Amino acid sequence: MILELKGVTKKFGGVTAINNTTFTVNSKEIYGLIGPNGAGKTTMFNIITGNYQATDGEVVFRSEKLNGLKPHTIVRKGIARTFQNIRLFKTMSVMDNVLIGFDFQANYTYFESIFRFPRFFGEEKRIRKRAIEILDYFGIAEFAEHKATDLSYGQQRKVEIARALATNPAMLLLDEPAAGMNPAETKELAHLIRTAREDFDLTVLLIEHDMKFVNQLCDKVLVLDYGKTIFEGKPSDAIKDKEVVAAYLGDFAHD
Amino acid sequence: MNIVIRKDQWINLAIIASALWFIWFASTHFDEYTVRILNNIAIFTILAVSYNLINGVTGQFSLEPNGFVAIGAYVTALLLLDADAKDYQFDIESPYPWVLGLQANFVWALFFAGTFSSLLALTLSFPVFRVRGDYLAIVTLGFGFIIRILAINNPEITNGSLGLNDIPEFSNLYWTGGIAILAVWGILNIVNSKYGRAMKAVRDDEDAAIAMGVNTFKIKTFAFCTSAFLEGVGGGLLAALLTSISPDLFTFFFTFQLLIIIVLGGLGSTTGAVIGTVLVIGGAEWMRFLDEPMNFGLFVTPAMPGMRMVVFSLILIFVMLFAREGIMGKRELKDLFKKGKK
Ligand SMILES: Nc1ncnc2c1ncn2[C@@H]1O[C@H](COP(=O)(O)OP(=O)(O)O)[C@@H](O)[C@H]1O
Ligand SMILES: [Mg+2]
Repeated sequence: MILELKGVTKKFGGVTAINNTTFTVNSKEIYGLIGPNGAGKTTMFNIITGNYQATDGEVVFRSEKLNGLKPHTIVRKGIARTFQNIRLFKTMSVMDNVLIGFDFQANYTYFESIFRFPRFFGEEKRIRKRAIEILDYFGIAEFAEHKATDLSYGQQRKVEIARALATNPAMLLLDEPAAGMNPAETKELAHLIRTAREDFDLTVLLIEHDMKFVNQLCDKVLVLDYGKTIFEGKPSDAIKDKEVVAAYLGDFAHD
Repeated sequence: MNIVIRKDQWINLAIIASALWFIWFASTHFDEYTVRILNNIAIFTILAVSYNLINGVTGQFSLEPNGFVAIGAYVTALLLLDADAKDYQFDIESPYPWVLGLQANFVWALFFAGTFSSLLALTLSFPVFRVRGDYLAIVTLGFGFIIRILAINNPEITNGSLGLNDIPEFSNLYWTGGIAILAVWGILNIVNSKYGRAMKAVRDDEDAAIAMGVNTFKIKTFAFCTSAFLEGVGGGLLAALLTSISPDLFTFFFTFQLLIIIVLGGLGSTTGAVIGTVLVIGGAEWMRFLDEPMNFGLFVTPAMPGMRMVVFSLILIFVMLFAREGIMGKRELKDLFKKGKK
């Protein structure tokens, strides 16, 4: 068990975005968070990453309570994320986008960078080499010096995941990674996530609408509906569950 | 990869060597008037590249320069003037004993000016950057006003509205130009490091930067304090160039001029800030005729002091409306050459 949510509730004024949700994610699992729009999935991510504070309940990661920690601290503990709508640094190159992921891992001080101490060169060389390795892994090394936002949508998704992996996470949070992708790109992405789990020793928590994608990829799913948990278990069983089908108003019927 | 870095370093060394040669050549061959303009350009280069660090690179809209430049100028002046000179010129109130005791050589005076400015910046950082920095512009604007009011109303320290005079004229082109080279080099080194990348990331998307583990409070504070340090040093150089300073020198107008420079050069580009400085400070000299009476043959216009500023304001408005990116955009000079090679 790597991540545990215990009775997490999040209220925005009168709206209860998440209502007393409890679940655990095991090491190296690919865990899906599904549910209709507005179900509270992204909010759940934001609570885990520290962007929002839970109104009630606890988030425990590797036996450590995360409540109250700053988002940049939580990243350093090993939880990285991507965003529902791609958020790359738009004036920066693909390489620099990925290098931001190494920000807290490059060991040189502000002073050493101003006066170009040897440690600056050594550390920059080290993180650049690793950044190229990650870009290579995603097959986008040739675009390293391109402006990130000049790439195709599918490639930008890859840059975003590469950037998250650069933080050297134990757990990766993907918010609708397949959104806006064509079937071929979706298939490639599923493959990539599965192999990345092995190669980077990852646990993956992902939000997705595409049930085919979830079915192929996830070991386990949690279905949310208006902040309430209505199902937890194997994805293949989720499709058969009456409540789940009702929540989706037959969205799964054709799958 | 290694070879590329080598080549870059050679080019940098060549640029620095030519700049140093130019400083020597200008000091020994040019007339006093031209050297004076070059001194101004050097000092404003220091101010523009540091202002651009917080405003352009980090994307935190700030109006701080006049406040920190004033601090730097006063600290330096008080450290350079000896006790007799202070005692002699303080006409409104007699100076506090500790004011008389302040004394340091030029290098230490500039260092203290920068340090004092950046310590003040640090104290401002805590309340401002804790809440995203949305209030930075207002806080720094107010800060500039407060510094000026304090300078006017504490004649025991600052000699009030009379200002400080007979400051030893230590600034020359070697000092101003040398420190300008160091400032541009240091700022470019910051920009091309993990700190500079994080600053740009904060500008582009602060939430995404946080999600990558960047401590954005720290990054904004670093940028702000670095700007303040160099603005303090620039203020010190200015005081030792002009030999007299008064609160009226450091109005919001001073900041506005720098804003024009960095917007014209391209917000976020350090080399753009240098180019903007040369154009605006050089151009301001060239356009001096605008402020004077003009004879159009058929009619003669009276002297219109401030006419140049009207022209600059129009240029600023034009750039904001039609050429948002300024001259350089966010690129540096070397990026232009890279494009050609591809
Ligand atoms: N910052 C916020 N302030 C107010 N309401 C919010 C905020 N974030 C999310 N919500 C609300 O919480 C609910 C769940 O949103 P979200 O987690 O984005 O859903 P999902 O990702 O499952 O589509 C929605 O009703 C949304 O309007
Ligand atoms: Mg969402």
